[in-house]
Amino acid sequence: MMKGLKIVVLAKQVPDTRNVGKDAMKADGTVNRAALDAIFNPEDLNALEQALTLKDKIPGTTVTILTMGPARAAEIIREGLYRGADNGYLLTDRAFAGSDTLATSYALSKAIEKIGPFDLILAGRQAIDGDTAQVGPQVAEKLNLPQITYAEEILDINGNTIIVKRRLERGVETVRGKMPLVITVTGSARECRPRHAKQTMKYKHAKTVSEIQEASEDYLQLYNSRPYLNIPELNVNDIQADVTQLGLNGSPTKVKNIENVVLQAKESKLIQNDEKEIEALMIELIKNHTIG
Amino acid sequence: MANFYTDNPDLKFHLNHPMMKKIVALKENNYKESEIYDYAPIDFEDAIDSYDKVLEIIGDICGNILAPNAESVDHEGPRIENNRVIYAKGTQENHEALTKAGLYGMPLPRKYNGLNFSMVPYVMSAEIVSRADGGFANIWGLQDCAETIYEFASEEQKQKYLPRFNEGATAAMDLTEPDAGSDLQAVQLKATYSEKDKTWYLNGVKRFITNGDADISLVLARSEEGTTDGRGLSLFIYDKKSDAIKIRRIENKLGIKGSPTCELVFNNAPAELVGDRKMGLIKYVMSLMNGARLGVGAQSVGIAEAAYREALAYAADRAQFGKTINHFPAVYEMLTTMEAKIKAMRSLLYETTRFVDIYKALTHISNERKLEAEERNDLKKYQRLADVFTPLLKMTSSEYCNQIAYDSLQIHGGSGFMKDYPIERIYRDARITSIYEGTTQLQVVAAIRGVVTGTFLAQIKEYQQTEILPVHEPLKRILLEMADEYEKSVKLVEEINTKSENSEYLDFHARRLVEMAGNIIMGWLLIIDSTRDDSYLKHAQIFVKLGAAQNKHHADYIRKCGLDDISMFKVTAKTE
Repeated sequence: MMKGLKIVVLAKQVPDTRNVGKDAMKADGTVNRAALDAIFNPEDLNALEQALTLKDKIPGTTVTILTMGPARAAEIIREGLYRGADNGYLLTDRAFAGSDTLATSYALSKAIEKIGPFDLILAGRQAIDGDTAQVGPQVAEKLNLPQITYAEEILDINGNTIIVKRRLERGVETVRGKMPLVITVTGSARECRPRHAKQTMKYKHAKTVSEIQEASEDYLQLYNSRPYLNIPELNVNDIQADVTQLGLNGSPTKVKNIENVVLQAKESKLIQNDEKEIEALMIELIKNHTIG
Repeated sequence: MANFYTDNPDLKFHLNHPMMKKIVALKENNYKESEIYDYAPIDFEDAIDSYDKVLEIIGDICGNILAPNAESVDHEGPRIENNRVIYAKGTQENHEALTKAGLYGMPLPRKYNGLNFSMVPYVMSAEIVSRADGGFANIWGLQDCAETIYEFASEEQKQKYLPRFNEGATAAMDLTEPDAGSDLQAVQLKATYSEKDKTWYLNGVKRFITNGDADISLVLARSEEGTTDGRGLSLFIYDKKSDAIKIRRIENKLGIKGSPTCELVFNNAPAELVGDRKMGLIKYVMSLMNGARLGVGAQSVGIAEAAYREALAYAADRAQFGKTINHFPAVYEMLTTMEAKIKAMRSLLYETTRFVDIYKALTHISNERKLEAEERNDLKKYQRLADVFTPLLKMTSSEYCNQIAYDSLQIHGGSGFMKDYPIERIYRDARITSIYEGTTQLQVVAAIRGVVTGTFLAQIKEYQQTEILPVHEPLKRILLEMADEYEKSVKLVEEINTKSENSEYLDFHARRLVEMAGNIIMGWLLIIDSTRDDSYLKHAQIFVKLGAAQNKHHADYIRKCGLDDISMFKVTAKTE
């Protein structure tokens, strides 16, 4: 019997850029966060599902959510708890504001050192607000751990060895790695399970210290009698981070200019001049109602 | 991401009905269980918040899994393999998603792994599921069987079967036989007790059994040899693990094709007796059927909602003569009438559910302690109301559901007749609602009791006492006139009926009288809704006008169609 794993899932609260309306961008070209819903970054949900599947398979496994953001990012931890995570940490401090991927991955790696060690560090491939796909790999570098990117499915775990299927541009690749390691998961992985009814009712009052201060007095006694409802917050001091490596100071990325780009042509496709390919094209065009 | 709960504000509106305070208090018994279970609510607001959050999960799964699967489920349907029913792939996914989210066993007590929800959020979940896939609503709704086991089975049986529901065990109620449909007293499936094995064995055939290969089945069988009526029937639990049923066939149906309707042959199938012998039909199945009728009420509202939304979207998209068709009076009248009917039937659905909720909660409490005098009165009152509102609801909502599906398809024009749009499936799915769990004609037989005993009129008089706003006065006047006209019609029919044989005159006009009562009741419910949220005023105005016209028509017909006229309708003379 395999012993339970300790897994941390790195999750980010992002503006929902998938269904953007007219007011999604401000005049200066930055994202109008107020106009967009704040959601659990979709590929981080794919990563969470991989973690929860391992928890289903290997008894004793625990899944921790770690997120960095403002106070309202505690919503991401609750969402993880509703779906089956065991606990979560909110990494929050003014000193983190304005962090680019380098500073973010530094902060996350310091937090992981503080709350770890973990056998597996899972994260989505990238967040839909920045699309950089840098944070996961940089966390691995900073923790000096191996990494597997573009993971679609964790196929097997045997002792310290993990076997992972990667989804690449031109096919799939199955690789083996040694734990502890970092895995980033792509959107083609299995979708995350829905919230669980009892978990949702159990954790709906879970709050961070800052949130508890604003909570209704009726429920205050709950946070003593049910310790699991307290979501721990971590600040710069808690993770013993060097402030010069955080926030704007620690972020070498400088945004020079942002432009609205209107795509003139969509993706192009090369069709060979033969019966078979032309027929395939016809079928496709009829199927997607372009013609017919 | 679609969410079929949050995109329909009506649901939250009904979830927040003032009577919920009383219902939740009964169900949660001073919130004592919060000391034992980490997911039990600590007060009323907490309980409603839990209902809300769990319904949001249902809405999510229905919007994003069930609804997208509905078309492929309709095409694929279930099949038999090695004497097992295999659900369509989409049906399997639906059931797994709802199971994994821990949603089954919603009304069951927590000690049996349930969520201990009151009936209102449970019925709401059935409505939401039905909107997504009318056929899947049966597989979801048959968890009602758990309620019957909880009410009537032994503690040992409860502990054995009830916790399995939350883990995804499916259920079936095996009542109908080739020669026992509406008339269940004719059931012949034989139950024999073996002294040697200390077990009951079932032998015979059941037909039209929804979800016939379920994990846990409740079977109505003749346990008393030599009897021929309902008093010789008992109720049994059959566990699929015994593997003693032959699935002879799956019916090929017009609609709800994802829901397997089976013919079963019981071959010395071991079974456990539920409760007392001879009480099977008289007590337990009656309770089971009442639950199922409420379920069909929810199913009808859900399917109607789906049909209405399809019509609304199509009419806003389809342009003819230079404008979208929702700009033409002929079309917008249909759309808005559909909407008003849906609001009316939904209000009737949750009003009925609240009555059921209170009497059920009090019944459960009465098994644990003696009720106070006031509680005993409440139990009687709400049971009486539930008994007549349930068939009224089943009849009204299933008939409206069919009308709305018909109108929605009509709005689609020729496209609606093609297999290309969901309305074609919804139209077929709607058709069963007024047939199974008792046809409309049988609901009238049950609901007419509410007319002759005066239960409907007494409740209407209670609605008349509601404090309303000045803006509702004109509607109130119409409803008062309608009540007067209804009373006169009932009196007239009863008078003439004394001269008719076998109460034939009353039976002849029964549906008209029940419909008149229903229109007045739904009119009041919409006015009362408008006092809490003025957006319902428009629907109240439309519905009351419509109901007043229909009632006038019925009253006129009753006046003009006397005892002698009935003979003109009789067809038996011709065929005999």
